Amino acid sequence: MTAISPTDQAAARATSIVAAEAQARARLRKRHALVIGLRLAILVVFLGLWELCADYNIIDPFFFSSPSGIWEQIWSWITEGTSQGPLWLQIYVTLEETFLGFAIGAVGGIVAGIILGRNKLLADVFSIYIKIANSVPRVVLGSVFIIALGLGMASKVALAVVMVFFVVFANAFQGVREADRAMIANAQILGASPFQITRSVIIPSAMSWILASLHVSFGFALVGAVVGEFLGAKQGMGLLISTAQGAFNANGVFAAMIILAVMALVVEFIITRFENYVVKWRPAPFNEQGT
Amino acid sequence: MQSQTMAAEKLSPAAPPADAAIAIDDVTLRFVTPDGHMMTAIRDFTMTVARGEFACVVGPTGCGKSTTLNLVTGLLRPTTGNVRVMGNPVTDISRDIGFVFQADALFPWRSVLDNVAAGPLFRGTPKKEAYEKARDWIGRVGLSRFEKHYPHQLSGGMRKRAALAQTFINQPKILLMDEPFSALDMQTRTAMQDELLDLWSGLKSSVVFVTHDLEEAVALADKVYVLTAGPGTVKSVYHIDLPRPRVMSDIRYDPKFIEIAKVIWNDLREEVQLGQSRGLQASH
Repeated sequence: MTAISPTDQAAARATSIVAAEAQARARLRKRHALVIGLRLAILVVFLGLWELCADYNIIDPFFFSSPSGIWEQIWSWITEGTSQGPLWLQIYVTLEETFLGFAIGAVGGIVAGIILGRNKLLADVFSIYIKIANSVPRVVLGSVFIIALGLGMASKVALAVVMVFFVVFANAFQGVREADRAMIANAQILGASPFQITRSVIIPSAMSWILASLHVSFGFALVGAVVGEFLGAKQGMGLLISTAQGAFNANGVFAAMIILAVMALVVEFIITRFENYVVKWRPAPFNEQGT
Repeated sequence: MQSQTMAAEKLSPAAPPADAAIAIDDVTLRFVTPDGHMMTAIRDFTMTVARGEFACVVGPTGCGKSTTLNLVTGLLRPTTGNVRVMGNPVTDISRDIGFVFQADALFPWRSVLDNVAAGPLFRGTPKKEAYEKARDWIGRVGLSRFEKHYPHQLSGGMRKRAALAQTFINQPKILLMDEPFSALDMQTRTAMQDELLDLWSGLKSSVVFVTHDLEEAVALADKVYVLTAGPGTVKSVYHIDLPRPRVMSDIRYDPKFIEIAKVIWNDLREEVQLGQSRGLQASH
């Protein structure tokens, strides 16, 4: 047997590994660029077709608007303000209602979910009422709130609260119920009191469920606030939409819709950041690269 | 049957003495299933663990091995008979008890350090002292470099080490273990058994170790309880006369060990076969 010098072999292997890694990285970058490029292309084609169809009257821009018309509308709202005051004020009002409703509904849902999740008797007694309340189409409650609480902010916040509460409650309740039996027994034997078990086992293990519900329910809070404004308000994005609708201004409806979508996306981004911070103990998911 | 008197001495079950660490005296446990049927988990069960003694419980699946542990913790109450721990009847979860679970019971949202410090913190030890103690125990199980890691970042063996530290930090007088190493691979399991005996020799707690692995039981224990197929009761008790300290990787080749394991296996085999045939019948 002749010995091949191990250092030579190791060096050769190291260079080949470096080369392979560089290749793999280049491939990843290329694919990333491809994904971004395709996304942009789809957007451009979609907007371009829409614009062309509107220009050549294949679809009627009076009903279905056009990208340039929407942009003109947004621009005029930004520069000249809306019929009901500056645009940023409308955004601010809607956001404030949404956040207030979201916060109250989420906190209420979490607290109720944990209490009922931890207490079997309360859960058995109240579950039927929660099912009933949940099956009421909640948007209808908007009318009740407008009658009872007036055209101001309170009625919109109330509608956002009921939209958020049940989603968060259901998830918090489920999260508490799914808490690992062995983990609870472990804490108990290590010496935890019932309160300590709730704080350091139940709540952390329900956290993934709760955070998942926060993503969905922020959208619901926004729907609650906008629908509330729709039904009757002095200010806000919902009113902007209903005014535009009343004036047969399709551009205005689409423009307000797009502004709302941007608002929701920004908040969604913030919630995701918050989630990553809170549950940093979780194993990293296989990340879709490039997002 | 000379070997029995030589190394695996068969003992006759007797009423437990008053000073035993754990005394389960003629206990029967029945419970009513959700669909309203009465089920007997264990019957006429008598078991004694002296202070500082290492007892293993082996038996076919579903014979109520884990039930015996829950009787000692107080999570289950006997229907008849009584259970005493350190001479006192079991009323609540005793502070003297430590429990190592089969499944991973570490808190995944806590780092190794926070996991190990959990016991003292729950029991009201000041933070600084609790963390000092935790660092010490983490060092003893050889995880010092990993104290900031979360459980999912550790291997199965390292998680078990952390779980041992988490349990031992409370310095339990009674240590209950429910098939703690059954999910580990052979090498890791051997290493963990050595680790356990090492920690135990420093603490001298009384141990009840439940396992389905007879060789593990013989290698670790002073006393092995063989249970019958469910509803479980004690079939026989063997005193294991192998010298300590024992080294797990060597002991399984010791002729004396092999002989003891054979004797007990002859006893256990019928129960295992009975348990399996019943299991098959039940599933038909």
